[in-house]
Amino acid sequence: MSEGLQRLQGFLEMDFVQNAVIVGVLIAFCSSLLGVTLVLKRLSFIGSGLSHVSFGTTTIVAAIVMIIGYDSQFDNNIFYVLPVTILCSVLLLLSGPNSKIKGDSALAMISVGALAVGYLFMNIFSKSANLSGDVCKVLFGSTAILTLKPETVSVCIVLSLLVTAVFILFYNKIFAITFDEDFSSATGIKSKIYNLLLAVIIAVIIVLAMNLVGALLVSALVVFPALTAMRLFKSFRAVTICSVVVSVVCAALGILISMLPEKGTPIGSTIVAVDIAVFAVFSIIGFVNQRLRTL
Amino acid sequence: MAQLSCNNLSVGYEGKAVVTDISFTVNAGDYLCILGENGSGKSTLMKTILRLKSPMSGNIESGDGLLPNEIGYLPQQTVVQKDFPASVREVVLSGCLNGCGLRPFYNRKEKQLAAENMERLGISDLSIRCYRELSGGQQQRALLARALCATRKILLLDEPTAGLDPNATLEMYDLIADLNKSGTSIIMISHDLVNSAKHASHILHIGKQSVLFSGTMSDYIKSDIGRRFVDFMGGESA
Ligand SMILES: Nc1ncnc2c1ncn2[C@@H]1O[C@H](COP(=O)(O)OP(=O)(O)O)[C@@H](O)[C@H]1O
Ligand SMILES: [Mg+2]
Repeated sequence: MSEGLQRLQGFLEMDFVQNAVIVGVLIAFCSSLLGVTLVLKRLSFIGSGLSHVSFGTTTIVAAIVMIIGYDSQFDNNIFYVLPVTILCSVLLLLSGPNSKIKGDSALAMISVGALAVGYLFMNIFSKSANLSGDVCKVLFGSTAILTLKPETVSVCIVLSLLVTAVFILFYNKIFAITFDEDFSSATGIKSKIYNLLLAVIIAVIIVLAMNLVGALLVSALVVFPALTAMRLFKSFRAVTICSVVVSVVCAALGILISMLPEKGTPIGSTIVAVDIAVFAVFSIIGFVNQRLRTL
Repeated sequence: MAQLSCNNLSVGYEGKAVVTDISFTVNAGDYLCILGENGSGKSTLMKTILRLKSPMSGNIESGDGLLPNEIGYLPQQTVVQKDFPASVREVVLSGCLNGCGLRPFYNRKEKQLAAENMERLGISDLSIRCYRELSGGQQQRALLARALCATRKILLLDEPTAGLDPNATLEMYDLIADLNKSGTSIIMISHDLVNSAKHASHILHIGKQSVLFSGTMSDYIKSDIGRRFVDFMGGESA
């Protein structure tokens, strides 16, 4: 154990590890902001759907780049993934409940389709010797956060701050259209525009979260803190604050724990495991609380 | 010019009309009660008036200086909000949002308005309670307080007494009548003519697919359909 701590200390002195911790915590911070909204709008799955889209885009663009002769790795390049994800997010959220293809089946089509095409492209065009390793890396973000390029790090930081600022400025509007969209529209709130804004923020959050935990675990990062907070708190504000705290603490713990063992554990899965543990603790406390009150 | 007038309005879903040829006007201070059986299209009509749905044909005009953000709405209860973490205060305060424009936070006046409306509806002591843990009647009051925060000009209420016990129902009707007396126009959907009749000034009675009556309360009581309905309702509640 003390060996692990020593290794951890050594790691923490390195620049890129410090960067990873900072970016990780920032991403965890803003990805939990909209958790409540997603859970309550029954959109939890949009997280995985959109991250699959990002995955598909990554591989397709990487393949195109390779075909035109530029040697690139399957890294998660935020500059082209983000616009495509935003577009898909807007299309999905705005298609709404009265479109021909219902929201969730549209989501299933897009997400599974993107996953399949992405994997196909990876298989056909990858020159990498360790294809399954690459796939794993994209899906579970094994060490993605540690290998971020400096420019991606800055983009992540800027985007996280932007998302947080927008969330704070539109907090009351987001509450209103999440709680009762009909009432908001009926009383003269431009719900459509705020839904659009929401779709864009969600897409940005998903792409950010992918960097931290990989495509498959994005939903967990977004949804777990909110569900955890909802065990104990009953007002929107308290739930929001609590889920941010939970998310940040879990992410920091997860990153640190992942460096303890000699071989290291995958950061994304470790963070989500910590999320699950905290969720369990909160559930138990919530249950006991309720029991005590009904006694 | 009337606050709201509907001319030959048809409402429905996906090309299928539910009610056709609806015409009525609401002037400032009117109290319109919309009657009809379950599924006759009352909620659909209200959503169309609120422009949550587009009309299939006909038109809706608002006038008398009524702006889109001067409308209050009490929706028919839905289960969607079941596990929503929100305090009563947060819910009521969200009614003030349409006065905010681009301002991100509520100002003191709005917070005070919310507090006053909670006071008026007797839910001040519930303000930090969780909305979803309230009784049906308390939830209705919170939603009415929210609607009052949105406006004092015109309120659209979709079955405000659904799920309330008889006492709470009467209280609710009295409250709405009070609001109407203080100048707020009311459009209310109800099954319960006997209690709403005491206060309503106009009636819109919707039958299968078509409007059975649209006009003033006094004309309605004299009309055949009105008399039948009053007898029926009176008999039931006796
Ligand atoms: N979203 C919907 N899509 C299609 N039909 C609907 C929808 N909502 C309601 N309806 C139908 O429209 C009719 C009128 O419903 P509604 O306006 O809710 O009735 P009321 O409020 O008078 O009880 C019903 O026959 C109902 O089945
Ligand atoms: Mg109805």
